[in-house]
Amino acid sequence: MTQSEIFAYLQTSFPDAGLVLDETQPEPLIVVPREQLLDVARLLNADEQLHFECLMCLTSIDMGEELHAVYNLYSMKHDHKCTLRCRVNREDPVIPSVSSVWATADWHEREAYDLMGITFEGHPDPRRILLPDDWEGHPLRKDYQPQKEWHGIPLEAVQPEDLEKKRENG
Amino acid sequence: MSEKRELNLPLGPTPEKMQAAYAAADQMPGEFMHVQMGPQHPATHGVLRVEIETDGEMILKGTPHIGYLHRCFEKVAENITWPQIVPFTDRLDYCSSMNNNLGWSLACEKLFGIEVSERVQTIRVLAAELNRIANHCVALGSYSLDIGAWTPFLLLFQEREHILDLFEELCGGRLLLNYIWIGGLSHDIPDGWLKKVRDFTEYMKPKVPELNQLLSYNKIFTERLANVAVIPADVCLQYGVTGPNLRGAGVKWDLRKSEPYSGYETYDFDIPVGTGEMGQVGDAFDRYMVRVHEIEQSLRIIEQAAGRLEKMPGDDVQAAIPRTFAKVPAGEIYFRTEQPKGELGFYIVSNGKSKPQRVKCRAPSFSNLCVLSKVAPGLLIADMVALIGSIDIVLGDVDR
Repeated sequence: MTQSEIFAYLQTSFPDAGLVLDETQPEPLIVVPREQLLDVARLLNADEQLHFECLMCLTSIDMGEELHAVYNLYSMKHDHKCTLRCRVNREDPVIPSVSSVWATADWHEREAYDLMGITFEGHPDPRRILLPDDWEGHPLRKDYQPQKEWHGIPLEAVQPEDLEKKRENG
Repeated sequence: MSEKRELNLPLGPTPEKMQAAYAAADQMPGEFMHVQMGPQHPATHGVLRVEIETDGEMILKGTPHIGYLHRCFEKVAENITWPQIVPFTDRLDYCSSMNNNLGWSLACEKLFGIEVSERVQTIRVLAAELNRIANHCVALGSYSLDIGAWTPFLLLFQEREHILDLFEELCGGRLLLNYIWIGGLSHDIPDGWLKKVRDFTEYMKPKVPELNQLLSYNKIFTERLANVAVIPADVCLQYGVTGPNLRGAGVKWDLRKSEPYSGYETYDFDIPVGTGEMGQVGDAFDRYMVRVHEIEQSLRIIEQAAGRLEKMPGDDVQAAIPRTFAKVPAGEIYFRTEQPKGELGFYIVSNGKSKPQRVKCRAPSFSNLCVLSKVAPGLLIADMVALIGSIDIVLGDVDR
């Protein structure tokens, strides 16, 4: 099935869910409200005609006002792909966890929490994964400011602008 | 103490045994021994720490802790220009730099709509397959070292040295190559290089049966790997395990065949899968053996690519490289390639500027390692070493 056929199929199952097909990108994607995300994910995984058994990638993106989570799905059985996108406000970055549907999401969601600060509700092990447990802030956010020190280790923050200034001054 | 002995779990990795192990660990917290395997451990292939809860020799719970080699690839990538990211991809999985360069370049080329010539594609395939052999030499060699065989390690690293010499002549680098660029290559192939590639394939072909004689079908080695750490196909799919590990579980799936790129569809090669030759399908031996067979298949592809290049007239390998990346098409794309360790995907968000807005690297080792906590319960501690080695992780790829 193509992405628009999958979208039409989902629309019949979730007529009031507020799903939107975004065709502005090179590969069209389906925007899902976070309230419906888990139900949609379960259907995509379990339905015989869709059968998305693989979560290829889970990406978190800082889009300014909003934080986005993008789910790239693949069905090995039917050889078709689908991209879901969940948008949440920066102030309230909570998305239901899909790790019960695809176990791949376990670590990818932990990474998205660690680096982007999106909280995945219902995650079985919501810890940081790459950074130390007592790290402050979420580095992949565009407004991230590194802490001054960590356990007595000074963290001299070098900003890209400073580097450019240094280069200009020789 | 008596309670622990009464568990009396059956030998062999059955689902019942895993469940029983989980249940036992939950019921008796603090009753069992905690062992920290790593972060500095010879068998973890880098700085990986596995927190193990054991009952005697048997593992009840294994939790990997990663991040010791985190180098902020994704954050760095947001602050440098598109072509500047290529050398950083070298350092993701430093055993297969060429394939990482290829994955990144192809993703960018697809987003920017760049087409490269057939000759450039052929050189890329040739170089990527050479690097696949080099990667498998490291994987199999260090695996034999983990299991306790020292000689095959030296022999396989010797074969790898020939490939590194070829790379050195090709682009100057041995480990970190920075060879495949967005829209082209850093250098054309030097004169007489294809002859050396031909010599290498002729030299390498008899080495694979030799390896099988020396190591693969060695009684001690097969006994050590057969039926150990079975990862069934459905678990692989659920956890996103890809590459030789997935094929070892008997799933005939390779991105070079199912979603061909760089003209892979025109090459004649097979996808080796695990058959349960020595035990169950998907055990450590199958994962090992798939890599051995992949070396043979890569040699076939290299011969075909070299044959085509010999007949092709030369052209400018940098012809399709854009003059500037100051203004690029905006958009988002996910592109994946078959890296020696599995599926290497890049999710790129471009806002039309010279630097990407967001780069997500779906590293193969990251997803492959996450299955460890699922497979570990019920293994012996010594088999944990066999499991980590057979998954073939590189911590530079896991932590990025």
